[in-house]
Amino acid sequence: MSRPRSDAPQGSAPEGADVSDPVEGMLRPADHADSAAPAATDEAITQPALGVVGWLRWGWRQLTSMRTALVLLLLLAIAAVPGSLVPQRSADPNGVRQYFVDNADLAPVLDKLSLFDVYTSPWFSAIYILLFISLVGCVIPRTRHHYKAMRAQPPRTPARLSRLDVHRTEILECRDDADAAAAAATAIEAAQHQLRKAGYRVARYDGARSFSVSAERGYLRETGNLVFHASLVGVLLAVGIGGGFTYTGQTVIIEGRTWVNTMLDYTSFNPGRFVDEDALTPYALTLDDFSLSYVTPGQQGAGQAGDFVAHLTTQFPDAAAQSGEVRVNHPLQIAGDKVYLMGNGYAPTITVRNSDGDVVFSEPVPFLPQDNHMTSQGVVKVPDGLREQVGMVGFFYPTAQELGSGALTSVYGDLEYPMLTFWVYAGDLGIDGGVPKSVYTLDPAEMTQLAGGDSGAASLELKPGETVDLPDGLGSVTFENEAPEGANGFQDSVKRYVSLSVHRDAAATWVLLFAVLATAGLLAALFIPRRRMWVRATPQGHTVQLEYAGLARGEDPALDGAVAQFAQRHLVSLADREPAGDRPARPESTPDVD
Amino acid sequence: MPDASPLTLDSVSVLLVWTAIAIYALAFIAYAVDLARRGAVAVEAKDAAAQTARERELVAAGGGRGSAGSGIVDQLRAQETASEEALNAPVGRRARLVWARIGTSLTVLGFLFHLGGDVTRGIAAGRVPWSNMYEFALTGTLLIVAVYLGVLLRYDLRFLGTFITGLVVVLLGGTAIWFYTDIVPLMDPLKSVWLVIHVFVASLATALFSLAFGLSVLQLMQARREARIAAVASAQDAVGTSAASPAKTGPGFLRTLPSAEALESLAYRFAILGFIFWTFTLIAGSIWANDAWGRYWGFDTKEVWTFVIWVLYAGYIHARATRGWRGSRSAWLSIIGFTAVIFNFTIVNMFFKGLHAYSGLS
Ligand code: HEM
Repeated sequence: MSRPRSDAPQGSAPEGADVSDPVEGMLRPADHADSAAPAATDEAITQPALGVVGWLRWGWRQLTSMRTALVLLLLLAIAAVPGSLVPQRSADPNGVRQYFVDNADLAPVLDKLSLFDVYTSPWFSAIYILLFISLVGCVIPRTRHHYKAMRAQPPRTPARLSRLDVHRTEILECRDDADAAAAAATAIEAAQHQLRKAGYRVARYDGARSFSVSAERGYLRETGNLVFHASLVGVLLAVGIGGGFTYTGQTVIIEGRTWVNTMLDYTSFNPGRFVDEDALTPYALTLDDFSLSYVTPGQQGAGQAGDFVAHLTTQFPDAAAQSGEVRVNHPLQIAGDKVYLMGNGYAPTITVRNSDGDVVFSEPVPFLPQDNHMTSQGVVKVPDGLREQVGMVGFFYPTAQELGSGALTSVYGDLEYPMLTFWVYAGDLGIDGGVPKSVYTLDPAEMTQLAGGDSGAASLELKPGETVDLPDGLGSVTFENEAPEGANGFQDSVKRYVSLSVHRDAAATWVLLFAVLATAGLLAALFIPRRRMWVRATPQGHTVQLEYAGLARGEDPALDGAVAQFAQRHLVSLADREPAGDRPARPESTPDVD
Repeated sequence: MPDASPLTLDSVSVLLVWTAIAIYALAFIAYAVDLARRGAVAVEAKDAAAQTARERELVAAGGGRGSAGSGIVDQLRAQETASEEALNAPVGRRARLVWARIGTSLTVLGFLFHLGGDVTRGIAAGRVPWSNMYEFALTGTLLIVAVYLGVLLRYDLRFLGTFITGLVVVLLGGTAIWFYTDIVPLMDPLKSVWLVIHVFVASLATALFSLAFGLSVLQLMQARREARIAAVASAQDAVGTSAASPAKTGPGFLRTLPSAEALESLAYRFAILGFIFWTFTLIAGSIWANDAWGRYWGFDTKEVWTFVIWVLYAGYIHARATRGWRGSRSAWLSIIGFTAVIFNFTIVNMFFKGLHAYSGLS
């Protein structure tokens, strides 16, 4: 195994080996392990004399040094951790709200430190921005340098090849002196040809007393490294710029209803900076049916729901309707948007009549699932038409079962024995003041509870198709049965809804492109060996001394083997070339790897 | 434990897994005996070497030998050369370490049972056996052993056997005891080819990182030993005598191991392979997240840790190229990186809230 070069490269640097030729193969930050260490006194002497420009240059050199990059990388790793310990507004807004409730004292302090927005916080941004400045400052000069190196000749053959880490000597016997010189020239000719065929760039350096070829390969290693680092910048830019053209919006569609891609129809919409909200393509989606399956009782995982499919009709203005579907892992692609299935639930259709029997409210109300068996909660608000404003908090159980305590729970997600219960409040719904209120919550502060909970009166209980009276003679409530005429059981008695998320991601393709480029670069940078190889033939009387030497440039565990293999092939090719009878004696092999 | 009748394929799988654990435990013992005996063998060899050295010194007496301390340094160099040759020796020409052979044979046997357990679990579930925490621990540890055995064909890494079998016994044992989950149908988000790719590649990366980790630990131990020997040598130089043989320089088996530098370069090779696979993991995960969750990156807890690990290993690779960091300092980064991998797999899966709620544990 070839030793990796240690921390003190100049100690082992082959003396006379001109490895520090004018155009070094690559320019690396001064503190790269493979570049020569500065003399210790240098800094002490130059530092006090620095002017402003000097200081700037010094600062830039520090920023673009390997050590700074390393420290910043480690800082980045550390700085990313808190975001997994504390809920983040971006990934888990409800978690943050809950955190504020649970840790009322601590939360504001953490918030001041941006710990709920770690990845957009000033300190996190500072780290990665510095890192990328350092990266650019490092990559640009290296690219320039690499470009030059790629057009340069391999360096002059070192005077003493035996000083190199990997080195071997062979002796060829010839008949006489004149023969030896010719054989040496032929040998180098052959070596040159062979090296070129093996992908090396070659240059001849023949001297007065010897012939030699110098070869270098693996330029792609440095190219890969530069591509990798540059692609990281590409990823960052794609995310940053693409984010400006990206939007996400959420909506809910109940079976049978249609949603149109306009701002009006979104329940929430998060546009990037450059998104024109008025320029959305106004396509329409109708939820024809939401299908799913359940693992039936008695099997492992009983009650688990899966195979969710939202069957949609899609419609562009002035075009024929088409059908489409949205499944988990399979978003619907439409007009450059992707539509994702984010959730689903039940939307019981509820009708409220006043004491005269007039309908004052009638529509399906989406209920939010609370557990694995779809126990769901929803709110019905009736602001007009009754004697007082009425609000009802509903609980829906697709397969209801009474617990020991008398409370209900759902034991299965499908509609086996659906039950809807209501707590009823009357008073002021608080929606007249113009303050927007969530459709999923009821603020009972200004209301009196008439049924359910602590009111003393039992909550209202309904099965599909049933009607019960509201307390205090306010009117009645009906839980409509939506099943088609003549249906058996409760299947389809309650409509389902889906929550969809509509995304336009301008960055994703670019990010992927740069990520793939980065990986390709990484593969080249890590696994293509960069090495130099030299062969020198020196006629000595009627023998030719053949020297082979290799030098690793960067990690190269296979160098040893490569030199040995090359030498062997070379000798074999020489032997084949010799006319019969003129065959040299078996070369004496003296591999000497120090 | 599955409570079904003992005839189901899944309970066969569990049985095979426990058998594998038992065999791995025996392999661990054999490998440990091997290490202990290596120490003894090395001492004998050293005594012999010391004997010749002393004789040589007598011969050279009056000839003005350069320095007294260089004797033990020479010894160290000779050991290093020998152990590096041993490291690279092809399978047929390796040292006949009886206990190591027993260890390796047992490891192969354990691996076969382990493989059987993994495959039967997959057949029983009717899908790839890495769809919940129990299963990916099963497959992940299988890959650790597979990679170790595969690498043995190229390098004589049997000195890592104790570490590998020990690690696998602990991880697999813990898995069988705490993570067992009944087979249930896949949740919708998991029904994707990316499950096959992403999780498998992540497990492979983990296996490679674990080898790098073991080597980095040995590297640190070896570096400490080398430093002590160097210190003793310079002390002897100062006193001008080689009489004082070095005090304790660490566990005896270290004498038969490659130099810290050679261990480091080997560790690095596994780490960069692991890093490549980890990069694939990251990209495949993002593509899957884009399909399943509608965004390719959202700093979900698991994503955060995958990123942290990636950055840590990028740091490790950088450290190896930074003056003053190559050697022991960079080894620490490899160790921290693997610690983060294990943390990500255990603690993050079990206790951190996030979208990756597929451990199957309740
Ligand atoms: C986003 C931050 C960075 C990451 C993730 C990163 C990652 C990596 C990785 C994975 C490698 C090994 C693959 C290869 O050799 O190409 C590497 C190598 C390298 N990086 Fe970076 N890097 C970053 C920033 C920087 C900066 C700021 C510099 C300049 C100071 C730098 C200089 C280098 C050099 C010189 C190498 C070659 C090391 C060698 O010779 O083995 N990198 N980097």
